[in-house]
Amino acid sequence: MTELEEPQRLPIADDKDVVRVRQAVRVIALAAKLPLVDQTKLVTAASELARNTLIHGGGGHALVGQVHNGRRAGVRAEFVDTGPGIADLDLAFTDGYTTGSGLGLGLSGSRRLVDEFEIVTAAGEGTRITVTKWAR
Amino acid sequence: MDRVPVLKIGEILLVSIQIDLDDQTALQLQEDLSDRIVETGAHGVVIDISALEIVDSFIGRMLSTIAAVSRVLDAETVVVGMRPAVAITLVELGLSLNGVRTALNVDKALEILAEAKQVRGVGVLTVRGSDDVPL
Repeated sequence: MTELEEPQRLPIADDKDVVRVRQAVRVIALAAKLPLVDQTKLVTAASELARNTLIHGGGGHALVGQVHNGRRAGVRAEFVDTGPGIADLDLAFTDGYTTGSGLGLGLSGSRRLVDEFEIVTAAGEGTRITVTKWAR
Repeated sequence: MDRVPVLKIGEILLVSIQIDLDDQTALQLQEDLSDRIVETGAHGVVIDISALEIVDSFIGRMLSTIAAVSRVLDAETVVVGMRPAVAITLVELGLSLNGVRTALNVDKALEILAEAKQVRGVGVLTVRGSDDVPL
């Protein structure tokens, strides 16, 4: 995987932090010259994932920054928590499945909005989700 | 805490969301609007989201809930001004905004609400809310 350049580390401990994470992602997406629709998709995915980190992971942090892959620039965001982890990934990625009070679109929906989506999790081990969107 | 103002214009409540909504503020708006519909007897609610750069599943659910609650309280909700990039993203996210009426701008929303009121006209004169024509 390519290196995250000058990553910003943002805490996710309350509602306002979720807003800060999406604002930070937008600034980086602009700098990386992502087209408007792709910016919107990435910021929306970041909002869903940051909320998951807060609600399901019991809080954590995000690492956001640019990445480069040969000629292309991209934006990457990692969401890390030390919460209960996800025991059944297939179930967690099912549209409409939720353990909280949401719509069950956070994980499955955000995966559709980005170019790369990686998840590392296990029951009791916390969750780390990394998403990347490349400039075209 | 941030609060989104709810303006009353005639029999319409107008909400223009100009801030990046956190979840608590979204829930507060839901409550404020329900209270104001009952307090004012408004028959229509227009929510302008043209300043919103994203609508994620939480805000989408807020819009659906406001539409459903307002309907129960005898008011119709119209969401206006969604940006094209937001619409594309919503569809890909898998959010359908069930039961939410949309219009391109406030003018069109007011037309929709005026028509909706006419359809219910006779009912309004007799016993308001008890014999509505379903919308």
